[in-house]
Amino acid sequence: MQNQGTEVLRHRDTVSLAHGSGGRLTHDLVRDLFAKYFNNEYLSTLSDSAEIKLSALDILFTTDSYVVKPLKFPGGDIGKLAVCGTINDLAVMGARPAYISCSLIIEEGLELTVLKDIIGSMSKTADEAGVMIITGDTKVVEKGAADRLFINTAGIGLKIGSAVLGMGRIEAGDKILINGCVGDHGMAVMAAREGLGLSSNIKSDCSPLHKLIEAILQTASDERQVVKFMRDPTRGGLATTLCEIAESTGYDIEIDEKAVPISDSVKGISEVLGIDPLYSANEGKVVVVVSPDAADSVLKKMRFNPLGKNAQIIGAIKKGHGRVHLKTVIGTSRRITMLTSSQLPRIC
Amino acid sequence: MKYIDEYRNGEAVKALAEKLRRAMSHESRVTTLMEVCGTHTMAIARFGIKELLPKNIRLLSGPGCPVCVTPNGYIDHAIALSRRDGTIIATFGDMVRVPGSTASLEKEKADGRDIRIVYSPLDAIQMARENPAKEIIFLSIGFETTIPAIAAAILMAKKEGLKNLTFLTANKVVPPALETLLQGDLKLNGFILPGHVSTIIGGKAYIPIVEKYRIPCSVAGFEPTDIIGAILDLVEQGLSGSPRLSVQYSRAVTMNGNKKAQDVINEVFEPVDAEWRGIGAIPSSGLKLRSSFEGFDAAVKFDVDIEETKEGKGCICGLILQGLKDPPDCPLFGKACSPETPVGACMVSSEGTCAAWYKYED
Amino acid sequence: MCLAVPMKLESIDGDLGIVNIGGVKRKIGLMLLDKPAAGDYVLVHAGFAIQKIDEKEAKKTLELLSAIMSEGTQ
Repeated sequence: MQNQGTEVLRHRDTVSLAHGSGGRLTHDLVRDLFAKYFNNEYLSTLSDSAEIKLSALDILFTTDSYVVKPLKFPGGDIGKLAVCGTINDLAVMGARPAYISCSLIIEEGLELTVLKDIIGSMSKTADEAGVMIITGDTKVVEKGAADRLFINTAGIGLKIGSAVLGMGRIEAGDKILINGCVGDHGMAVMAAREGLGLSSNIKSDCSPLHKLIEAILQTASDERQVVKFMRDPTRGGLATTLCEIAESTGYDIEIDEKAVPISDSVKGISEVLGIDPLYSANEGKVVVVVSPDAADSVLKKMRFNPLGKNAQIIGAIKKGHGRVHLKTVIGTSRRITMLTSSQLPRIC
Repeated sequence: MKYIDEYRNGEAVKALAEKLRRAMSHESRVTTLMEVCGTHTMAIARFGIKELLPKNIRLLSGPGCPVCVTPNGYIDHAIALSRRDGTIIATFGDMVRVPGSTASLEKEKADGRDIRIVYSPLDAIQMARENPAKEIIFLSIGFETTIPAIAAAILMAKKEGLKNLTFLTANKVVPPALETLLQGDLKLNGFILPGHVSTIIGGKAYIPIVEKYRIPCSVAGFEPTDIIGAILDLVEQGLSGSPRLSVQYSRAVTMNGNKKAQDVINEVFEPVDAEWRGIGAIPSSGLKLRSSFEGFDAAVKFDVDIEETKEGKGCICGLILQGLKDPPDCPLFGKACSPETPVGACMVSSEGTCAAWYKYED
Repeated sequence: MCLAVPMKLESIDGDLGIVNIGGVKRKIGLMLLDKPAAGDYVLVHAGFAIQKIDEKEAKKTLELLSAIMSEGTQ
């Protein structure tokens, strides 16, 4: 059923929204087009940031674009998202984020007060996180050529310590942890949409995770290197990140549904709209794969940090065929696969 | 979550499954049950229910998926309406990706048409109030669970004197479809009946079917203990040789149903023959707006060019909806027809038999 | 064919009411119910309350489940 990729691309003439949803089609596009043409040892790892050597320095380098709608949502805005997302892509690869670039594509007619709020938010987020926005660019396009505001960033940071992080280090028996409740960002944005009439106190979990991650990496004594791999699950949710890990490594992943932290409000809205929180976007979460004997001490370290107070061990890596299985709340097993496109509210 | 979590008790599920296994342990034949409702198909997949069933119980998914049974022509009509100037289409999310003859609402939205997802027909009323210069057209699909909500919204709109809100109706009712299934080639040992449709129509709506066809029936809720409880009930009915209508979902379903909701439906709608995608015409299985509400009928108010209806070649959704074939029997399944490139409604709808099979079977 | 969720009716304003599940609230139509009261749990579908949850029957179902669970351990 999986890997119909190249077949699928052959059936299409145009890019669809599903190609940007973070699910199956996005992965197919990256693998069949971008990775094919930008074929080098750095890009082919398809990691959150690329590790390069410049002189003797180990540098991590990443890029991202932000096109979220609405521009402002409960718990944040596109600016905060851009800074945090860039920081997190560097942090999960073991870097201390240092410098960010910020390139704006602005649709003619965007209110200057809105732009000011967003730039102010980026500045505040960067200051609090201890990173600097050091270069930028601005373009304005005609009405209709961009949806209000698009932000592109690039980020660099120096690698800390000597932790070797990568999917290649994952082994059967490793445990999987997450730092807190999933689905908040996706649900906050959906709940805020007009036409659904829902009010809730769900806020985006948008946060910079570099300090939490540094603390996690310090749990490992360098010789033992207990932290194997980290990724921040964004679009496509926790489920998609787990599928990526399983598919790339060929291991099976088993997750305990009872252990996955989900807030009451997110549970409520997921029942009402028929949307699965496991596939809802996050912007302040990190999935951590660790050696089984270190799981408890990493968990303890995570819970010490305010961004990890709801951290849980949610599952484990097993020998298998690259599949993700969920042990449901009633004890049965269900297969978790990648979605084709983003979830829509339903009445059935 | 109250009235939800208690019915997801793992220990209770285990005990029910064990009781079911014991009941079926001496049965040499296969018991075939049909869950009518698409939401049941989803719940069964979500909770891994099939894993708990003994090998001699077979579950079939029926045609209770309003998206799956809405004809191509309806989507084509909705698309044609969306292309009118100054029109906003308000729709449930379920309809957005269903393929019409050549396009879908999602594709039209990408092309710039004003198509908005709503959670309730009340939201369409609000849209009409806020956009007096536009025509709001609500895509009215759904079975008896949804019909009272739409009827109530139409009454509200009439009372308020809203002149820019209309409804494109394709609503259907369940009992006639059950009869059609039983008159066909299908051999069934029981129906898992739709719990929420039944809150409206009541258990009594199915009595004629039980009496005429002598088929065990259980109105089931949607939590795992409800579904296994209903299956157990159907098996016990079968073993005892006395089929009846039982209501497993008693906390929400009575024999008489919701009379107020039934009255609201009857005030606004009247029965009409309807076309079920893949099955064909079923007499008196649909509803249309009564003449006094003609002003709210989008099909009457607007004259648009609708493209010629084309069905996907090779698609056997109809046979799948009737439980006569399984998804792998379809020549298109997993090849030309997949969740990424759906041909028929069974694959598009997240609750469609083919989508569920693709997603959950190995 | 129907996602309907039990939600608590918090307040009533004529034909409309506010329901709550886990802190998520929504204004819904109450005109399909007979004499709804604040504090009731109602089944909500497409922005309307379609039925009131019968507390007694709900309890009966749970008692039946308990009975089956203890049967199983004998």
